[in-house]
Amino acid sequence: MEPVLTIALAGNPNAGKTTLFNHLTGARQHVGNYPGITVEQKEGCCLHQGKGVRVVDLPGTYSLTAYSVEELVARDFLINQRPDVVVDVVDASNLERNLYLSCQFLELGVPLVIALNMIDVAEKRGVTIDASALSVRLGVPVVPIIARSGKGVDQLLDAVLTVATTNLQPQPVFLSYGADLNQALDDMMPDLAACVELTAVYPQRWLGVKLLENDEQIVGKTLETYPEVGRRLIARGETIGQHLQQTLGVYPEAVIADHRYGYIKSITHQGVVTRKFVADRLYTSDKIDKVVTHRLLGPLIMAGVLFCLYTFTFSYSSVPVEWLARLFALISKGVDLLLPDGPFKSMVISGVVDGVGGVFGFVPIIMFMFFGIAVLEDSGYLARVAFMMDRIFHFFGLHGSSVMPFIISGGIAGGCAVPGVMASRTLRSPKERMATLLTVPFMNCGAKLPILTLLIGAFFSAHQARYMFLSTLAAWFIALCIAKILRLTVLRGASTPFVMELPPYRFPTLKGLVIHTWERTWQYMKKAGTVILGISILVWAMMTYPQLPETRASHYESLRQEALRTMAEDEAGQTAALARIKTEEAQERLRHSLGGRIGIAMEKVSQYAGIDWRTNIALIGGFAAKEVIVSTLGTAYSLGQVDPKEATSLKERLSKDPDWNPVVALAVLAFIMFYSPCFVTVICIAKESGSWKWAAFSILFNTLFAFTLAVAIYQIGALLYLR
Amino acid sequence: MAIINLRKMGINQSGTIVAVKVGGELGRRIREMGLIPGMEITVKQRAPLNDPVALRIMGGTLTLRNNEADYIEVEISP
Repeated sequence: MEPVLTIALAGNPNAGKTTLFNHLTGARQHVGNYPGITVEQKEGCCLHQGKGVRVVDLPGTYSLTAYSVEELVARDFLINQRPDVVVDVVDASNLERNLYLSCQFLELGVPLVIALNMIDVAEKRGVTIDASALSVRLGVPVVPIIARSGKGVDQLLDAVLTVATTNLQPQPVFLSYGADLNQALDDMMPDLAACVELTAVYPQRWLGVKLLENDEQIVGKTLETYPEVGRRLIARGETIGQHLQQTLGVYPEAVIADHRYGYIKSITHQGVVTRKFVADRLYTSDKIDKVVTHRLLGPLIMAGVLFCLYTFTFSYSSVPVEWLARLFALISKGVDLLLPDGPFKSMVISGVVDGVGGVFGFVPIIMFMFFGIAVLEDSGYLARVAFMMDRIFHFFGLHGSSVMPFIISGGIAGGCAVPGVMASRTLRSPKERMATLLTVPFMNCGAKLPILTLLIGAFFSAHQARYMFLSTLAAWFIALCIAKILRLTVLRGASTPFVMELPPYRFPTLKGLVIHTWERTWQYMKKAGTVILGISILVWAMMTYPQLPETRASHYESLRQEALRTMAEDEAGQTAALARIKTEEAQERLRHSLGGRIGIAMEKVSQYAGIDWRTNIALIGGFAAKEVIVSTLGTAYSLGQVDPKEATSLKERLSKDPDWNPVVALAVLAFIMFYSPCFVTVICIAKESGSWKWAAFSILFNTLFAFTLAVAIYQIGALLYLR
Repeated sequence: MAIINLRKMGINQSGTIVAVKVGGELGRRIREMGLIPGMEITVKQRAPLNDPVALRIMGGTLTLRNNEADYIEVEISP
């Protein structure tokens, strides 16, 4: 059914906008990104009175200035797309603050319906709101709803349809901003009227107000289209700004904000809002916060909650991971039976099934992790974690909200950088967000653990636990220091204010959790099916081609025949001989392949860190996925296929290999911990940062950094211990 | 009736904002959250490392860092 009208959901973060959106659209929604930026664009549709309604969920904002991308996106949508009705979701339990945004909608003159959400919460706090009186004073319909249960939503849609069918373009509300600013606005009117191109899009007085507020976007547009008039208008603004500074010591924006709040006060007083209890009643949330953010108990509880998140994710997801592994093994077997031997079969099994299977193996982990995060986020706990950790993270140029991405990525060994990078979305400040998503891949993710365990087990078996713990500490230390360096260089800039809301604790709704989890997981799966497939075929081809020349292949074939003939009686000896020939052949084949040649070529450089060509191949493979390092090392050290979970024999082999020693192991460890993020993470970084440049940066910078570190460790280590 | 800096307020102390002396992005963020002259606030909690601070304003709880609180002057309620 073709939607007949478009409504936009707007409102403060935490006002229940998403809950209403989920309630209206259910599963009929899709998430995209606004072109070029990483703000999510959510859209869905619903049916009311036989009419199809397109619902657009605008990013949550507190204001309509041009400081953040979210606000710009919301404002541009309202002005350029002109939705039929704007539904402003207002938290009834925090009415005055929420009306600040509503007030700006009125000034802009958009067709507005106010959804007075969470009236049940407000009532529990002893606040009653006379919706019809509020409606009369604001001049727009006000419908009380409870988005969680869906109560009042039908009446809300009725009101929306009424507003949409009246076809009356509402007039912008003229607020008084005090004598000085009113005078300035009046003076500006003739000049503003001359800006015909702008007044065709924006209300005239609103333009004036935005110029006084020194709004970047509007100032830029005015100067661009009407340079002369624009300069005059801005000069007028500056004069009044100086005047206000001298007489009252305030900025024009401050005066405008004061008058907006004054307007709100005049509306909410006199019978609209009645409070039954004393104003400072201790809410349940406050009682919980007294314990949960307590000086001593707070950090302990946080550690406990994070530990539970890990246990939940990694222990409960192991069952579906097992199923998926079995499923892919089955597919692999099926392909093995169905297809004839040859390069195509090898590609399907080693390239397609193993590659994509390896990535899909992450899906349950990611799904469980996202579910856990959704619980923490929707309940309001995440904001408390940011509150408690901000002091430390701020020191390193990050933000309290960076904690979660770090922890998910492996802050407690065993996470995954892919959901970590995705979780950096909760950060609202661009610079800190970029620093976060560029440094989270330094954490020890679950895929690095097998190789860490292998090397530590082989060379430092006496202090295994200590070294594992040290590697986690090293990861944190390096990641935070690099973040600090990035914030002092390429991501220089003032830190974003921590003026943040601590939303009251709420029970998350199951529907919201499921939708949250699913949409994030689905984005991940889409990636696995496309880009990863290509890369894993490429890696396979690199390690397979060019194949051994005819003469070498027949040489091994004749060796095999010989072994079969000479040891016809000795069955055990025969198998051993055949296995030896097979590994020798595999070894030579690898040396001959493109991957092998690259590995050998790279040895010229990597030798300074004590890394040989076979390890190089493994490290290249590790770019596809870090799990590949162990299995490729196994192949490269001629052991045939090695299961990453059972690396014991490889461990012995490495510890006896003359090319390896504890110093080399330490250098390789450092390199693996900090070099280029795996391919999936790189793609996520590109997507989340909105540019492939940052993805390329993270590959090059991290690899260079890791290599420098590895060389330093190897050279110093060689001086101290290997003489 | 003393006017002090928001940073110096103790837990559970209440007061009325008398001045917010900052412009730009920080000023805007502070104001849009309702921290404007005339508003009543109560300090609710401090983070384990003493910074940031959580305070009650109107119907909600806000957090801000100490160096951001420095711009806000409060008249303490008796």
